[in-house]
Order: sequence, then C-alpha cells, then structure tokens
Amino acid sequence: MSETKPRSLLYLDGVSVSFDGFKALNSLSFVVEPGELRAIIGPNGAGKTTMMDIITGKTRPDSGEVFFNGEIDLTKKDEADIAQLGIGRKFQKPTVFESHTVWDNLELALNRKRGVFSTLFYRLTAEDKARIEEILETIRLTHRKNDLGANLSHGQKQWLEIGMLLAQEPKLLLVDEPVAGMTDAETAETAVLLKEIAKSRSVVVVEHDMGFIRDLGVKVTCLAEGSVLAEGSIDFVSNDPKVIENYLGR
Amino acid sequence: MLIRFISLFFLIIFAVAPSMAQEDARALFDALGKANFKQAEELVGKIASTGDPKVVPALEAFADGNLYARKSDGAVFIGTAAGANLALTDPMSGEKAGEEAKGALTKVKVNNGLRRAIRSALGGLTLLSPDKAIRMEAAQSILKSPSADSLELVETALSNETDMAVKAALEEARAASLLISDRPIEEKKAAVATIKAIGGQASLSLLSTALNSADEMLKPDIEAAIKSIQDTQSLWAMAQNIWYGLSLGSVLLLAAIGLAITFGVMGIINMAHGEMVMLGAYTTFVVQEIIRNSAPGLFDWSLAIALPVAFLVTGAVGLVIERGVIRFLYGRPLETLLATWGISLILQQAVRSIFGANNREVGNPSWMSGAFELGGLTITWNRLWIVLFAMVVFAFLLFLLKKTPMGLRMRAVTQNRRMASSMGIRTPWVDAMTFALGSGIAGIAGVALSQIDNVSPNLGQGYIIDSFMVVVFGGVGNLWGTLVGALSLGILNKFLEPSVGAVLGKILVLVLIILFIQKRPRGLFALKGRAVEA
Amino acid sequence: MITGFLIRALDRNITVAIAVILAIAVLVPASNLLLSADNPLHIPTYIMALFGKYLCYALLALALDLVWGYCGILSLGHAAFFALGGYAMGMYLMRQIGSRGVYGDPVLPDFMVFLNWKELPWFWHGFDMFWFAMIMVLVVPGLLAFIFGWFAFRSRVNGVYLSIITQAMTYALLLAFFRNDMGFGGNNGLTDFKDILGFSVQANGTRAVLFALSAIMLALCLLIASGIVHSKFGKVLVGVRDAESRVRFLGFRVENIKLFTFVVSAMMAGISGALFVPQVGIINPGEFAPANSIEVVIWTAVGGRGTLIGPIIGAVLVNAGKSFFTGAFPDFWLFALGALFIAVTLFLPKGIVGTVAQYAASRKAYRRAQATEAAREAANQAEAGPTSTQAAE
Repeated sequence: MSETKPRSLLYLDGVSVSFDGFKALNSLSFVVEPGELRAIIGPNGAGKTTMMDIITGKTRPDSGEVFFNGEIDLTKKDEADIAQLGIGRKFQKPTVFESHTVWDNLELALNRKRGVFSTLFYRLTAEDKARIEEILETIRLTHRKNDLGANLSHGQKQWLEIGMLLAQEPKLLLVDEPVAGMTDAETAETAVLLKEIAKSRSVVVVEHDMGFIRDLGVKVTCLAEGSVLAEGSIDFVSNDPKVIENYLGR
Repeated sequence: MLIRFISLFFLIIFAVAPSMAQEDARALFDALGKANFKQAEELVGKIASTGDPKVVPALEAFADGNLYARKSDGAVFIGTAAGANLALTDPMSGEKAGEEAKGALTKVKVNNGLRRAIRSALGGLTLLSPDKAIRMEAAQSILKSPSADSLELVETALSNETDMAVKAALEEARAASLLISDRPIEEKKAAVATIKAIGGQASLSLLSTALNSADEMLKPDIEAAIKSIQDTQSLWAMAQNIWYGLSLGSVLLLAAIGLAITFGVMGIINMAHGEMVMLGAYTTFVVQEIIRNSAPGLFDWSLAIALPVAFLVTGAVGLVIERGVIRFLYGRPLETLLATWGISLILQQAVRSIFGANNREVGNPSWMSGAFELGGLTITWNRLWIVLFAMVVFAFLLFLLKKTPMGLRMRAVTQNRRMASSMGIRTPWVDAMTFALGSGIAGIAGVALSQIDNVSPNLGQGYIIDSFMVVVFGGVGNLWGTLVGALSLGILNKFLEPSVGAVLGKILVLVLIILFIQKRPRGLFALKGRAVEA
Repeated sequence: MITGFLIRALDRNITVAIAVILAIAVLVPASNLLLSADNPLHIPTYIMALFGKYLCYALLALALDLVWGYCGILSLGHAAFFALGGYAMGMYLMRQIGSRGVYGDPVLPDFMVFLNWKELPWFWHGFDMFWFAMIMVLVVPGLLAFIFGWFAFRSRVNGVYLSIITQAMTYALLLAFFRNDMGFGGNNGLTDFKDILGFSVQANGTRAVLFALSAIMLALCLLIASGIVHSKFGKVLVGVRDAESRVRFLGFRVENIKLFTFVVSAMMAGISGALFVPQVGIINPGEFAPANSIEVVIWTAVGGRGTLIGPIIGAVLVNAGKSFFTGAFPDFWLFALGALFIAVTLFLPKGIVGTVAQYAASRKAYRRAQATEAAREAANQAEAGPTSTQAAE
C-alpha cells in the first residue's frame, strides 16, 4: 500500500473510529487516484458518512492514516484547512445559503482569499463574474440567479450545492447521495453533470440508487460495518455473494 | 503564666497539706475576710484540702461574689439578697444566721485569678461526690482546666471509681494534670499519648501550653502529638467542608434537576425555571399560613402537605406555559429563551403584586431545626434533610424516566418525535406532561429551599444561572451528569471559599465552568455520536 | 478600497436613516439651546437627556444586532461590554474631580480614601488623560470579547450554550464589580462627576454636545455596520448564521469571522456605555446584571433583528415605553415587558422593520407579477390584431 501513497490523491489506511463502543469504521483502507470517479455503496450504518467526516476533518480517527495528494496528513487539519487544500463536500441534505441569492451563494463559494479583511473589502472582478456565469450555465440555473436559495426546488438546491463545490475548484469532490429525492429526469441529468465534472477532477459519490450508479458506469466500492466488502465494476460487485447478503438482499 | 504560678503555689501547699487538713475550715473562711487576693488564694487551697464536701456551696458563693464579712466580728457568711438587707448563711453548716443591713457587711472581693483557683479546688472536691453525674462533670472540668494540684485527688478518685465512663474521663483528666506536674518523664509520655487519643481543640491548647514548660526530653513527644491532633483536625475540617459542599451541591441539584428535564431531555431553555422554584416556596408559605390560622397542631406536617401542593401548583403553571407559549416555539431555542424570560418577569411581578416585595417568613418545623455532632462534624438537621430529600427526588426521577411507561414515552419523543408520533404516542401530550413534570419538580425544590433561603420574589433569579451551569457542566440529557455536576460544583465552591472568600470563589467557579465548556462543549457526560450535519 | 466599502454601505434605507439621525444630532441641541423656554418647539433639557440615553441604548442594540441578527450569536452578555465602556469613561470622570471630592484628596477618588487606600491602584493610572480613557473604552470591551470569543468560537461553543456562558460571564463580572477591593467603587460605583474636558457635565451646553455626539456616533456605527453587512464578509456572516458547516466546508475560518464581528460589536457597545455615563451621571455594578443584557435582546427583537435600522427603532420605542410606564403605572411595567417578550417571539419574529420590509417585498413581487401578466396580456392582444389595440386606446 505504501507504494501507492505518493501518487494517489486520497489515501486511507487502517482507519478506525468508534462512538461509545460502537465501531463506525473498522480499519478501513481506501484509495482514490487523480481524475477518478468512484461510487460507494453500502447499507445504512456502514460508515459512509463517517468516512466523509474523517476525510473533511469533521471527525478525528482513533487510529489509521489519511493522506491527501501524497503527503498531506489530513488528520492534523480542520475543515477550513482541508477545504482550502481542495476537498469539496456535498452534504446528504442539500445545504445552501437560503437567505442569499443563487448568485451570492456562488460568489461566496468562489475560490478567493477567505480572510476577514479580504472579504470585507472584496470587489467583484470581471474575471470572477465570468466564472460565476460559467458555473450557472453548468448547473443550469442562469435563469434563477437572482432568486433566493430558499425558493429553489429540492433538485435545484442539489445542483446549486454542486455548483458551489465547482466554484471552490477542488481537486477532490465528495458527494453524499446527490440524487436522493430527485425525479428520474433530474437523476439522469445529475449523472451527466457529475461525469462532466469528473473530467477535470476526482469525485467520490455515495449513493443508494443502483440505477444511478449503473448510469455513472465507474468503479464501485461496497462498505459494510466500517470496512471495505468488495471493490470493482458494478457487475462484479453486485454479483459478490457477500455484497448480496449484506446489502442488496437475496 | 498564671497556671505555672498556681501550680507552683499548690505544690508548696500540698507539701504541708496533711497537717493543715485538721485545721478548722470555719476559721479559714473567716480569715478570707481580711486576706488580700494572694492570701485568699492560699486560703482557698487550704479549704479545699480539707476534702470536706460541705465547703462546696460556700466556695461556689465565693466565686459568685456572694461571700460577706461582718464588720462587727469579722465572721464570714454567705449572703443572699433579702430586700434591703442580706440574709446570712453559715458557710460550713449551711444554717441560717439571721439578717444584716448591707452597711454592716463588707463583700469579700474576688478576681479572676481567684475564681480560677476556686474552680479547680471545687473540681477536686466534687470528684468524690456520691453522685455519678457530678463526678463525671468534675472530671471533665479538670480536663478542661487541669492543674497539678488536683492530680493526687484525681488519682484517689480513680482508685475508688467503679463506673467505666467516669473512670475513662478521670484517666483523661489525670493525664492532663500529670502533664503539668513534676512526675517522671515516662509517666508524662504516657499522659501525652492519652491526650493525643482524646484529640480536639482543648487537647491541642493543653499540649501547646505544656510544650512551653516541658522538659527537652518530652518535647518531641508533645510536638508529635500536636501534629497528629492537627492532622486529625484538618481531616475533620476537610470532612466538614465536604459536608458543606454536599449540602450546597444538593441545593444546586434540587434547583437544577427540574431543568435537567426541561432543558436536558426536551431541549427547552426555560428561563422561568427559577420562578417555578419561587412559586414552590410561596406555596409553602401559603400552606403554612393556612395551617397557622386553622390547625396549628399540624405545623410539623406543613412541609409534607406543601410538597404535593407545590408540585401540583407549579406543574399546572408549567402546563399552562407549555400549552400557551412554548409549544409554538419548538425547534427555536433562542426564541424560547426570550419568551420564557418574559414569563419569568410576569411571574415575578405577579408574586410581588400579591405578596409584596419583602421577604416572607417560612417557619422550620421542629424536626428541621437544631444540629447534632458526628465525630468532629457539626450537622444541622435542615441541611441533612435537604441532602436526603435531594437524593430521594433524584432517585424518583431516575426511576420515572427509566422504568415507567411514561418515562419511556418521554424518551421516545425526545429521541425521534416523528417516529414516536407514528407509533401512536400523542407527542403534544407527552411534551406537555414532561414540561409539567420538570416544573413540578422545581416547585418541590422550592419547598425545600424555602427552609434555607429568603422567600422573596427574587428567589428564583438567584438560582437560574447556577442551575444552567450545573446542567451544562454535567452534560445535557443525562441525569447522572446533573447529579455529579451539582455535587462537584457544590464541593468545589466550598473548598474555594475559605481561601478566596465566597464571592471570589463563585466567580472562580463560573470562570472554571466557562473554560470547561470550551474544552467539552457538551458537558461532563455528553454522549459521543456520529457527527450530525449542519 | 475604503470607498467601495462605504458606497456599498449606503443603500437607500441606510442613507435615509443616517440623514435622519444626523438631523436629530443638529436640531435637538439647537432647539434646546437657541429657542426660548416658552417656544412650543423648545426641547427641555430633561427630555434631551432622556433621548440622549435612548440613543446610547440604540447604539447598544445595533451592536447586538450585528452579532445576533447577522451572525446568529445570541449574546446575553452585551451589557458587560456596555458597562466596561461606561466604567472606562467613569474612571476618567472620577479623575477629573480632583480635589473637589468630599475628602479633598487631589489624586484618590473619595471611595478609595474611604477605604483607607494610600495610593492609586495600577489600573487607574492614565485615566486622567482623556485620550487614554477613550482608547480604553474601545480596548477593554474589545479585549474581553477577544479573549472570550477566542476560546468560545475556537472550541465551537454554539447556540444556547454560548448564550448561557455569555450570561455567566456578565454575572461573574457583576459579582466582581460589587466587591470593594476590586477598586471600582463597589456597590456604589462611580458617581458625583464634575466635568469632562473642562466643561461641567451639568451644563446645558455640555449636555447638548453629548447628545449630538451620541447621535453622531450612532450614525457612524450604523455606517460601519452597514458597510460590514453589505460586503462579501457580511454575506459570509449570514452564511455562518444559516449554515455554519457549509461555510466551514467552503474553506472559511468561521471562528475568525465570528471573533472579528464579536469584537467589533463589543467595541460599539463600549462606545455606547461611554456616552451613556456622562449623560446619566453614574455607573454602578447593576449595569452588569444579566437582566439588562436580555433587555437589549428584546429591543433588537422588537425592532427587527438583521435589519440594522430595526434595533435602533426598537431600542427607542421600548425605552420610551419604559419611561412612560414606570412613571404612570410602575407595577405594570414588568408585566408589559414580559408580555412584550412573549408577543414578539410568538407573533412578530421578524420585528417591526422586518415585518414591514417583508410586506413591502411581497407587494413589490405582486406588482412585478402583475406587470409581467399585463405585459403578456398586451403581447397576446398585440398578436390578436390591431383592432383590439385600437379599442383599448
């Protein structure tokens, strides 16, 4: 494993964490290569969200190593540091700034200096303006740019959140259940969007929707009880007897 | 200094005592009329050395300044006021000896040094009394102010003594007297050990006095004994501090435990919680007033009657508050905080309008007044009852929450409202009942606190910040945390108090809690869990 | 850079508000000083003093609004910053008394002579200089806010927990300032002031200037607060209020954002306290009382949190009500205040200004919708043919 560490984008080895005796992660090992789009499936309580919490610095592991970009130790950094390093995260429940307009949401997410005084005296440049408009196109929300985040539909909020992650210009995107609660049409469109995004960066998607994962057509990791159960193509994983027993059901 | 002087003096007396014992006591008393203080002291010693119990009343009268010398013949009598005259009593026989005008008598003067001498002389005399209680008292009085002169007397008494308790007291008295006598060092060492075993402040001063005049050989022994007694004393002092801390802790527990339910279990910031305590205290006041006016015999039962009444009154007020205000504010904790603060203002003003702004007198039933000693501890009954009461309330709540269907429903609703509701639990009803329970418990706490605090409209204000500190410190949603939080804050407070003063101690505790919350934002016993989003 | 900041600050409502406040700053003192007492437009000194007090409260409410309305930090300890600013000013005023005190000591204030102190405690040095005292008015509350916030925000103490410990903070200070040996006059606080910068605090002219200064400081702080909330920083601030973890995962240092806002707000509260003290003539530990801090919260809530102008209106309205009630029906005031707390949280969560703004916005949206509807209709008709258009004419 140590050989893959220098060139992999994200590297988790032997990560364990427990809450009051309950082992949420049990020596989990997991590697993401640069430019890869990866899907993660697994039953509830398999540790999917906890894994994301650990990568983004929200939870500290009890043991194990987490490295980003080869040599950066993520267990020593907090959320803001990690976000600035280039890891973006989309929550399970869409989280956008509801009392800001779509435009302001993107402006805030833009990867610019984030200090107190640079934000206090920030002025929108032509370059930033162009970038926001470009993202608005990508997430198909140009016509709603002056509407408040609160007034968007559920699917549009999901897209706005993905757009905010794009504005952050991350090297790695963690996306937690992006199509939960979406219509079929929205789901299909989201799959296209994610594939588009994955052209220029690595993306890890956690999802329950097997159809959606089939649409993505990428390498799949199945987690159960805090460790990796199986890894491979969707067909390989969905035929694995352990996966069937633990997750898909007989 | 004085003791040294007296003991030296009595040593001389005792050396010649046997021959003087035969002398007529009556003559000795008469001599008192003409003696100066120094001579009088000598005479008292001689009188005592007759060993005749009959001299006791006269000596007592002397100490009280009731001994008079007749100007005409110099005879000395005990005088008691009889109108303008004084009724005279013979000092030896105790027989009436007529009356005399005040002008015809001179008072035999007495000073403190003399009184001391009289008292120790009396101590020796009463040691031989046939009455066990008097002997015991005499032994104890010698122990309190020992003198070498009483040593032989004590030893005589000791050899005759049959009662075990008196014998033990005499042993101690002997040790105390022996220490300042001229006995051999071995005996003194044994005496030091005996005194050490007694302990206490009196033994400590006895030993330190003895230390000044003690033989070099003996000093290490005495010093060790002093240290050992001091160690025991500081241990007791610490125990006393812990007791005060426990007592304060149970007050905090009582004030906070209702909050542990409304805030800890339901997540409601009830700033009117203190006013529920206040209402409980006023309920006690009203119950006592009614009992005083209609059935004074029931007064000792007033608290037992006030408890359920206070529970019902404050529970009902809580129910109204929950149904009228709080239920519209679930999920908006900061708004709840403001609205309940408004309620607290209204309740305070209402009580002030009805009962007036001044403190109200709430009486202690007889079984709650007074104190008793336990080893080196002084324990007041009301504090003891409050500690016990707090524990009972705690146990009751714990049982209610963990073992009853009602508690199960409460926990279900607080953990997952929608799930509970879909399983057929009437969640609004459970909310209302839980809040009423928390308020009722606050009312019960008010009954207890009315016994130790001023019952005024501001009573609740004094507890609200402390109560929140206890709940937050102990960990929200955990009754055990509240218990540990309350007791440890109480003890911490009492341990800081002696060194920095009450106010500064309180400030320090607040600062410590503020710092502690930085370290553990969810309190002492918070549950760890998967990080929740947003 | 600064100009951009200021231009953004001056949106229409804020400009109007600042103009009104500045007009008050000129007109009220002018009316008091220039018009004769029998002129119907003359404002008597006691009314001016009363309103000067309200202006200080308004500034305090504005300071609270910055942290509560925009950043979501409900501070129940803002009275502490107010009182500290007040004490800094009070210490200056005490030193100005000089040998005119009851005991006539040229250096020591009366209460220190009374306590048999021989020399001035170290923390009283420098307060005889006005500039030093004014710096302390900002530094002391700011420093307390910085230390407190540095600990609290770093360890992510949030929501009601933060409210409770801010309350504990002001409670601890209350207890501390009641102690005589703290050196701040204990129970009685600081009072019997004589003059400020050589002018008698009792004189009408001084009072008029203090009133004008209060209004000007309020306008200035409103401008600064508006600049902050209308900048990108202000948007981040609202983001922290609405979705703190999102802001964190976007790479912002939430603790620094909160800390900056908290310190700025504490300094504004300090200024309001410093302006308050010479106008009322006393500062005592009672100002630290937790109840005072909560009252500030209700002024802000009544006016409308997160609106900047609302808290100013709320502070003036509630305090005017308080002055009226405590004069007319003293027993009734606490009932009224309590009911106000409940009514505002239940029925007016956005406050007066917030509700009005919401109504105006919905009217605007309705009109816009109507306009688009009309336009569409017009377009349809235009398509239908020229005859109908003619008929319409």
